[in-house]
Amino acid sequence: MESIAPGAGFERRSRLRAGEVLLWLAIAAAPLYVPGHLVLASQILITALFALSLDLLLGYGGMISLGHAAYFGTGAYTAGLLAQHGWSEPISGLVAAMLVAAALGFAASFVIVRLSGVALLMVTLGLGLLLFELANALADITGGSDGLQGVEIAPLLGLFGFDMVGRTGFVYAYLVALGAFALVRRIVHSPFGLSLQGYRENPARMAQIGAPMAARLRLVNTISAGLAGLAGGLLAQTTQFVGLDALGFERSAEVVIILILGGGGRLYGGLVGALVFMIGRDVLSEANPEYWYFWLGLILVLVVLFMPQGILGGGAALLVRLRGRAALGEAAR
Amino acid sequence: MIRRAAFATASVLALGLSLVGARADSPPIRIGFIVDLSGEFADYGTEILNAAKLYLAQHGGAIAGRKIEIDAKDTGGPNPEVAKRLAQELIVNDKVDLLAGFTLTPEALAVAPLATEAKKPMVIMNAATSIVTEKSPYIVRFSFTLGEIASVLAKWAAENGIKKVYTLVSDYGPGVNAEGAFKKYFTLAGGTIAGSDRSPLKGPEFAPFMQRVKDAKPDALFVFVPSGDQGVAVTKAYQDSGLAGAGIKMIATGDITDEAVIDQLGDAAVGLVTAFHYSDTHPSEANKEYVKAFQAAYGSKLRPDFMSVGGYDGMHGIYDALVRLNGNADPDQALEILRREKFESPRGPFWVDPDTRDAVNTVYIRKVERQGGRLVNTEFKAYPDTKDPDKTK
Amino acid sequence: MAVELLTLLFNGLAYGVLLFLMAIGLSVTMGMMNFVNLAHGAFAMLGGYLGISLTTRAGVPFLAALPLVFVAVGAVGAGIEVTLYRRFYRSPQLTHVLFTIGLTFMAVAGATYVWGSQIAAMRVPDWLIGQTMFLGLQVGSYRLFLLLVGGAIALALVFGLERTRFGAMVRATVDNRRMAQSLGIDVGRVFSLTFALGSGLAGLGGALAVNFLGGIQPAFPLGYLLVYFLIVVTVGGLGSTLGALAAALLLGLADAAAKFYAPVIASFAIYLVMVVLLMWRPHGILGRR
Repeated sequence: MESIAPGAGFERRSRLRAGEVLLWLAIAAAPLYVPGHLVLASQILITALFALSLDLLLGYGGMISLGHAAYFGTGAYTAGLLAQHGWSEPISGLVAAMLVAAALGFAASFVIVRLSGVALLMVTLGLGLLLFELANALADITGGSDGLQGVEIAPLLGLFGFDMVGRTGFVYAYLVALGAFALVRRIVHSPFGLSLQGYRENPARMAQIGAPMAARLRLVNTISAGLAGLAGGLLAQTTQFVGLDALGFERSAEVVIILILGGGGRLYGGLVGALVFMIGRDVLSEANPEYWYFWLGLILVLVVLFMPQGILGGGAALLVRLRGRAALGEAAR
Repeated sequence: MIRRAAFATASVLALGLSLVGARADSPPIRIGFIVDLSGEFADYGTEILNAAKLYLAQHGGAIAGRKIEIDAKDTGGPNPEVAKRLAQELIVNDKVDLLAGFTLTPEALAVAPLATEAKKPMVIMNAATSIVTEKSPYIVRFSFTLGEIASVLAKWAAENGIKKVYTLVSDYGPGVNAEGAFKKYFTLAGGTIAGSDRSPLKGPEFAPFMQRVKDAKPDALFVFVPSGDQGVAVTKAYQDSGLAGAGIKMIATGDITDEAVIDQLGDAAVGLVTAFHYSDTHPSEANKEYVKAFQAAYGSKLRPDFMSVGGYDGMHGIYDALVRLNGNADPDQALEILRREKFESPRGPFWVDPDTRDAVNTVYIRKVERQGGRLVNTEFKAYPDTKDPDKTK
Repeated sequence: MAVELLTLLFNGLAYGVLLFLMAIGLSVTMGMMNFVNLAHGAFAMLGGYLGISLTTRAGVPFLAALPLVFVAVGAVGAGIEVTLYRRFYRSPQLTHVLFTIGLTFMAVAGATYVWGSQIAAMRVPDWLIGQTMFLGLQVGSYRLFLLLVGGAIALALVFGLERTRFGAMVRATVDNRRMAQSLGIDVGRVFSLTFALGSGLAGLGGALAVNFLGGIQPAFPLGYLLVYFLIVVTVGGLGSTLGALAAALLLGLADAAAKFYAPVIASFAIYLVMVVLLMWRPHGILGRR
């Protein structure tokens, strides 16, 4: 922030960096080094996408949500129900999942922009739980607690069937996640994105300088919901099953944990959080099925103790210390 | 602590036995278990896995020189997408020969298409919703269905002077199954339904429902809630609302008086009539031996319950199939044997219906009694060879 | 008709008091101290298990076990406050979330290790089982007991936190830490004691709740009740004891009314009431600000 021409600073920040390209190349190469874990890799990408959608709202916009699974689940049920009723083409199904979730997000945004702090947290939680109960009550449509079965997805582009090893699913999830990250990257570096961060830092100030924040917050909630729906739709299509847990409180809470763990307000916070949390859980529950919660909890506590800004924040601070250049403090943003 | 130590003993025993028979060069037979070992349903999965391991330890862990390995994965569920991923990894990476376990219905349903695609027999040890077996021709169920239990209880109630019943079930798949079967068979037998409520799946408060029941003045209240804290809570609510004093009996599926929780019910439960397929006091040699072995392995405080017997019998079926195939785990041949299993289980006579691949149980009507320092389900009437009554295929 | 309505009212209030007893500790730690203490359920679980162990294994009478649980869990809370929580008072609330969820995960595994994954229930004395005559009504004895204990605790807290010197010190410290310090208040000690109070109440609530809930098991602190605790505290208004009581009673009554008159919407009732109330009063029924 100490840059003399702030515009130059923003531009520098928005430039594509080598590290990012390498990261996405490394993920793309997953079939080479973890050929047996492509389903896990896809689920990590989906969770990262879900966390990214929350990041836009919470990390950049400063609006907490404890009911984000409402949009995830809406996307999942949209994609799942379409496929169950014979619309098995994946890409259009995914677009529909995103649009329906975005529409729900738009509707909810009129309630949400009026609230902040704990009330916002609890109202989003409440709306999420109401939707969960609704899905349970509409068991004839959703399958209730048994889950939605008979979800059959046609081959991608009519060519690549969803195989058991999960190759198609991985490539599909990868491409969608890459596109979503590119989109969010543009958004957060745009004037719109900057005004969101301004709102996060000082809502009163933004109102004073005349920014139409209510409309912008509605927009960001809509986009965030759409991305969450995209993630949910992806999960439904790659798993070919939708359970009530897609809408559950646990999923909402977990994505908040994942985002804070990785580092909110940073483009890759959700991705890093999803990587650490999900690989950690997989490895720990494999090694110690009854007590893995202990070790996962310990990791969270240690991260808080030693990296209060999340893993990416901690990494950035470490870089600053190593290179001794304060300007890099913003590097990871 | 006792559990762990005892379990270690059992494992060492199993290992010792298996080493005797195993040749170094034969590849092991691998069974992938998908169960809940952490989270809300940890207890269910633990009972299933413990019992399955016990069966192996008792019978020697190797067949025709091939060691039998259990590869257990935790879903921490209900978590269908994790269950499906674990099943995929078990099939593709670990090259398991069979899938087994399945505590919860949605997890079984999510995995079912994989079993079909990979042609792996999938042995259900709990997941008791009726539709499960219809979702893959490779599924064989060794547990029970709620339709079986509720239909028998309905018949018994009608035969025993109960004319008007109010039903109260948890509002989710199994609850709807239980309610549907009870109402259908109770009305068919000439009874009337005074009213039906579904209670939220979460939450301990049943008193307002009890008040509704009291107002409807039925002869009995039929209850299904999942085994665990809600079972205890609903029993207490029945007692604290004075329904017994108003002449309203409570009858239930045996989930409420599950041996894992029955002692927590206290004297509130004495006299409670339930229908179920397993009681740990079932009077047979097979059961006495089973209970003894279970407690020797896992500590005398733990009582084997219906979850455990599902795991034990499922392993029995798998083991039998492998023995008959002389250690060759060809999936289709194994499936053919599994779907025709018939043996004396600790629960009593048990067989699998070859047409539906679903469990066929003797369903017992039991009464809770105090025996020594503990509460038990004493069986007093048996309905042999009960199938899920509404199973079409 | 009147009997029916009064019975419903009584049951709703008793359930509300149960929610109050379980959530009041969180009202202290999160409401008064401004610490998003999602580990509240873990303290409640500890109280529940301690209560069970004391009454069933050590043979301590139920009524004597309750204060013991309060003191023991309070002491554990104080210990954790001094070693861990204290570092994070000035951290953003999201850090609190991550930290306390981490602690809760560890507590869940710890409880599985010590008490096993089976549910455990409380054996209460015979006079708390069954029904009692109260003001001409046949009511559940344990429910009546909860109402009395809940009322006593609410009174003690309102009096203790609003009318005593310690209460004034707590409020001063929370409102303006530096000013309180410069007035000579030992801020660290006040916070430790307040946190110990909150934890002790959580433990007591847990021990009292077990018999109503049916039992506890290690996944308890991550379950649906965590949501209920948060609802009671926020709908009541952060830091307001009376607010928490009012919110809890309101939710209990709403739940009872929905289950009795319209069971179809019973599973929605509590959440609907919460959303509507928070839309109407974002700072809670009796929230300040």
